[in-house]
Formats: sequence, structure tokens, C-alpha cells
Amino acid sequence: MLEIKNLSVAVEGKKILHNVNLTIGTGETHVLLGPNGSGKTTLLMTIMGFPKYQVTDGNILFKGEDITKMPMDERARLGIGISFQRPPVVRGVKTKDMVMASMKDKSTPELVATLANKTDLTEFLERDINYGFSGGEIKRSEMMQLLAQKPDLALLDEPESGVDLENIALIGKLINELLEKDSPMHSRNSMGLIITHTGHILEYVNARNGYIMLDGTISCMGDPHEILTEIKACGYGQCAKCAFRSAHHV
Amino acid sequence: MDNAPNAPSEVHIMSNISESKKEKAQSAINKKAAMGEDIDLSQFTRSAEEHPYRKDPSELNAATKSKMLEAGLMLDDPSQRTGTFIQMDNTPIHSSVKEEGVEVMPVSQAMKKHDWLADYYWKAVAVDTDKYTASVELGQNDGYFIRTLPGVKTNYPVQACLYLSKAKFAQNVHNIIIAEENSELHIITGCTTSLGNEPGMHMGVSEFYIKKGAKVTFTMIHSWNPEFAVRPRTAAIIEEDGLFLSNYVLMKPVNTIQMNPIARCNGKNATARFNSILVARPDSNIDVGSRVYLNAPGARTEIISRAITMGGNIVARGYIEGNAPGVKGHLECRGLILTEKGTIHAIPELKGNLAGIDLYHEAAVGKIAEEEVEYLMARGMTREQATATIVRGFLRVDIEGLPSMLNDELQRAVKTSENDFM
Ligand SMILES: Nc1ncnc2c1ncn2[C@@H]1O[C@H](COP(=O)(O)OP(=O)(O)OP(=O)(O)O)[C@@H](O)[C@H]1O
Ligand SMILES: [Mg+2]
Repeated sequence: MLEIKNLSVAVEGKKILHNVNLTIGTGETHVLLGPNGSGKTTLLMTIMGFPKYQVTDGNILFKGEDITKMPMDERARLGIGISFQRPPVVRGVKTKDMVMASMKDKSTPELVATLANKTDLTEFLERDINYGFSGGEIKRSEMMQLLAQKPDLALLDEPESGVDLENIALIGKLINELLEKDSPMHSRNSMGLIITHTGHILEYVNARNGYIMLDGTISCMGDPHEILTEIKACGYGQCAKCAFRSAHHV
Repeated sequence: MDNAPNAPSEVHIMSNISESKKEKAQSAINKKAAMGEDIDLSQFTRSAEEHPYRKDPSELNAATKSKMLEAGLMLDDPSQRTGTFIQMDNTPIHSSVKEEGVEVMPVSQAMKKHDWLADYYWKAVAVDTDKYTASVELGQNDGYFIRTLPGVKTNYPVQACLYLSKAKFAQNVHNIIIAEENSELHIITGCTTSLGNEPGMHMGVSEFYIKKGAKVTFTMIHSWNPEFAVRPRTAAIIEEDGLFLSNYVLMKPVNTIQMNPIARCNGKNATARFNSILVARPDSNIDVGSRVYLNAPGARTEIISRAITMGGNIVARGYIEGNAPGVKGHLECRGLILTEKGTIHAIPELKGNLAGIDLYHEAAVGKIAEEEVEYLMARGMTREQATATIVRGFLRVDIEGLPSMLNDELQRAVKTSENDFM
């Protein structure tokens, strides 16, 4: 379980998130919507533990442990993983090295090959990570690393943006594998928090909990499909006023 | 055998030539080098005790062998070596070769064997370049001669070691390497010392002659000590369709090293590649470059250097000059500063003397990007592991054209040294 309580976050002195509350139960997949610059990536990076994101108030609890001050690499080892919206290029570090590092001691050449095959990245293993990768290739490579890590909490930042239709289906399949969607909820260990703008990924990945982030605050929650329909109809501008908000305000 | 480009027929011409070389050297004996701090040569002696010849170099003591192994010399199991040359101070203590058509011997012996060899002396490197070349001419103590006969392709590299065991001693060696037409020669040279913290100096002139269609790969590993001064002077002349591929690894401490080897691509489609891996420990002063002259149509070059400072100073130079149509050159200097102290000065230079040439360079100097470290940490690596992985990646240069076995050797040399600073 992930519990976020009254979380406020500043980046380089600038307040970005205000009083965010969010709970994800084991086995659940939640969806985060919201306009550009509203703070979605900031929330994911804060949960992951990037030092640049300073928690000024509130707590993050994961598996019952307060991880608010825990270093990022420890969080990763505890079972939190992230797919980046825009990961950096690291020259000289091969994609294969990233996959192996993500797997840690479980890593074998066969497992790496299987994952690469599954994500259609076999030819990329020997290439420097993210160097010259297309938008869609980056997303698949992020999924490959997450599948190698097998985190209990997967933070997915726009996993389908810039991905063609065929590959969205593939990404959807990979997310389902990662989140153990084939198993009944009670027997899953994994949870997911997915940022999406278009909602395309929801055609492949089931999720019943959705939120809208507006100006650093979660201002609405409900069924993600219904929220998306509402946004498409009225835009985010209407969100503040819409009926949903008063009915489901957190 | 008439192998020299202009083999002199009469002995007296030769002695005249050598006399004029001596005169030229004499005139340059106080000439400071164009780069690098000036070394006072009077603080070093030239004389050293003779060392006994070793028929089987695996009989050398374990400490010596392990120093040599660090520098790429395999003595206990030389099955993956075509030949071996070892010079200790002034004495060549071993030379042997296993394959037909390959010569490996002290250059003094080669001079007796081949009367044409004198003509190769100082043809690639000018004898009056500076006081160090002059010193080698006037006080030469041997060096190695390695040659492949026409069409001969070595399976394994020849290994050569220049070893210093005497303190306050200056080694002056002159090496001549000749790859005759269409031959293929691989060399691993390790330069090292048994002296822990005592000063010493190494001056080495190396002249490479790469004939038509020949290929030479030369991998040099330096492993000195924090008191050493090193001034190699290297040049290669590459004829039509020839290839010279030079790799240089310096990851151990040194006091001062300065070198700026030259490749002259004189034949059509001649190719030169230089890769350097430089690590400056605190108090090391490293000034290493590569210069390539693309003098014939279709000549190509690539100069790649990776420099890391852990507190010392590095000047990483590169110079490409295009003097013929259709030549191509690429220069890449990347520097990583790991500590608060330490500087890296990248000096990439390109000179084009006519239209129809294609030269470009990239240079970047900085510290490890925090964003990259964090990316790796998000996958579960500790900060130290992430940093080490990035540094290792930085040092991993994939060298086009280097046989995989040699590439493995190079990676092994890098790995061995990595362990002491990561
Ligand atoms: N280092 C920083 N310094 C100042 N402001 C920052 C910094 N990083 C992020 N911000 C700001 O924080 C706000 C939230 O950014 P964030 O990346 O979380 O948005 P987002 O909801 O993920 O947007 P998008 O949909 O465009 O990805 C933005 O206004 C952004 O400019
Ligand atoms: Mg974002």
C-alpha cells in the first residue's frame, strides 16, 4: 500500500505541490490526469525520492514504512520503480547494463534476452542508453527496465505519449504484465500510478481510480474514463466548477 | 635485401648521414620541447648495470612479472603472443618470435642484420625535434625492432616491454616498426617500472613505417610511478591503403608526461586512428595529443580521447590537417572532472588547406551529470555504484577496427586500473 498524506513539495524553492492526499491499495492501478505543468511528474519524482524535490510538509508511507526521508536508491530496492517521461542519455552505459542493474543479482543473459525480445529491443541492448532512441523506443526501454526491476509500485509517467497505435498495444500488454493484471486483485503484489493525457493506455490497462491534478493539488477523483469524458467535453477550465468536483472533492 | 625507400649503395654515404644526424642532435641538445614542462636531464644518469639475458622470461621474479602484466605483458602463458621483447634499463633481456615472417629483436641487432635500416632512422621523427629526441640520438640505449614481411599477417600481438629498475636513471630507446606491404602487425607495448616512489625518466622514440596495404595496431599501456617524467616521441608514415591504429592507456600515477604523436597519411586512402584513455591522479601533469596530416586523397582519421582527472592536470590535444581532396577527419575529446581540484584543457584543432575536405570535432569537459547518476540510482544502484558505472562507461571506447582480442586486452588494462580509483 502507498499512502500520501498532506504532501507539499517545493523544487528549487518554488512550491509546486500543495497538500496532496492519495492512497493506492495493493493490486490497484490509479490514473493521474491534469494539464501541463500542474505537478504530475513532480508527484511521481517525489514518491521515487529525487533529491531535487523537497518535501516541505506531509508524509509518504510505503508498505507501512515512512519513506519520506529515505534515499532514492533504497526506495528502488524497497520496491518502487519509475518510467521516466524524459530519461537522460548516458554515454558509454549500455541499455543492457541498465537492464542488468535493474535486475540486480537475479540477472542472467537469458533473462535480459527474453525481456529485450518481449519489448522488441534486442538490437538496442548494446547501444548507449537512450542515445538516439526515438520517442517510442524510449518508452519501451523504460518498460524493459521496469520489467527487469519488478517493483511493487510502478510509477509510469506518460508511458504511451509519442507511441504509435501498434506499440501502445504492446506497452499496454507490458504494463499489464508488470502490474500482474492477469491475476485476481487479492493475489497481486503490484500497484501502479499512471500519468496520461490522452487516456489511450486505458483502452489496454484497466484502472478504476482516477485523479485530476490542478495547480499542484488533487482536485477531483473518480472513474478515470468518466473524468476523461468530462475533460474532453468541458476542458480543464471547467474542472474547477464541474459537478464531479463537488460530489467527489477530496 | 633492398627494402629502404632510398637504400644507399655506399657505406660512406651512410656514415655521412649518421654524422649529420649527430650534428643536428647536438644542436638541439638544449632545445626545449614545444609543450610540457622542461625536464632537467642532468639530474638523471644514463648508465645502468647490465641485466642478464633471459631465455625464458617467465623466470623473472613474481613482482616484476606482475608489474609487467599490469602493462599488458603475458610472460607465464605467452600462447596468445606472436613474439616478445623486453628491455630492462639499458639491456634488452629477451627477444623471441614464434611466427614466420615476423622479426622481433633489439634495434642494435637489427642494425647489424639489415644494412638498409639506418635509412629508417629519423625519417618519421625529426632528430632535432627537441632535447629529448636529441638525447635519444646521442645517448641511445637500444629499443626494439619489429617488422612483418610482405603479406604476413600475425595472428597474435607482439608484446614489448620497456622496464625501468634503476632510480634516477633516464632510459633512451629508439624503436623502429615496419609493416611491409599488405602485412598485418599487432603490438602491445607496456612501459613500467619497479621503482615505487623514486624518480626516473623515460624517453622513447618510436617510428612506424606502414607500407602499402599494411595494417598496424599499436596498444601502449603506461604504468609509471608518481615521480616519473616521460617524453615519448612517436610518428608514423602511412602509405596507400595503410592503416595505423594507436591506443594509449595511462591510468596510473605519473609526475609528468608529454607526447604528441604524429601520423602522416601520405598514401591514397591511408587511415590513422588514435584513441587515448587518460586518468590524472592528484599531482599528475599529463599533456597528450595526436596529430594527423591527411596528405593524400581519401585519407581518413579519427582521434578520440577520454580524459578523467582525480585532481591532476590534463591537456588533451588533437590536431587534424587536411591537405588533399576528399579527406575526412573526426576529433572527439571528452573530459570528466571527478574532484574539486584538477583541470582538463581540451584543445581540438582542425586545419583545412583546400576545399573538398571534411573535418569536424566535438569536445566536452565537465563533471558527471547529476541527472545521469540519479537515473541509475532510480534503478536501485547506490550513488557510488552509479558513479562507477558512468565512469566505466566513459572509459569504454569502442574501437573500430581493433580485433576483439586486443579490445579485450585493452578493457582488461582499463579494468585493472579502475579498481584502484573506484
Ligand atoms: N527545477 C524546477 N525549477 C522551477 N520550476 C520547476 C522545476 N521543475 C519543475 N518545475 C515546475 O513545476 C511545475 C510542475 O511541473 P511538472 O513537471 O510536475 O508538471 P506535469 O504536470 O508533469 O506537466 P506535463 O504534463 O507537461 O508533463 C511546472 O510549472 C514546472 O515548470
Ligand atoms: Mg510531466
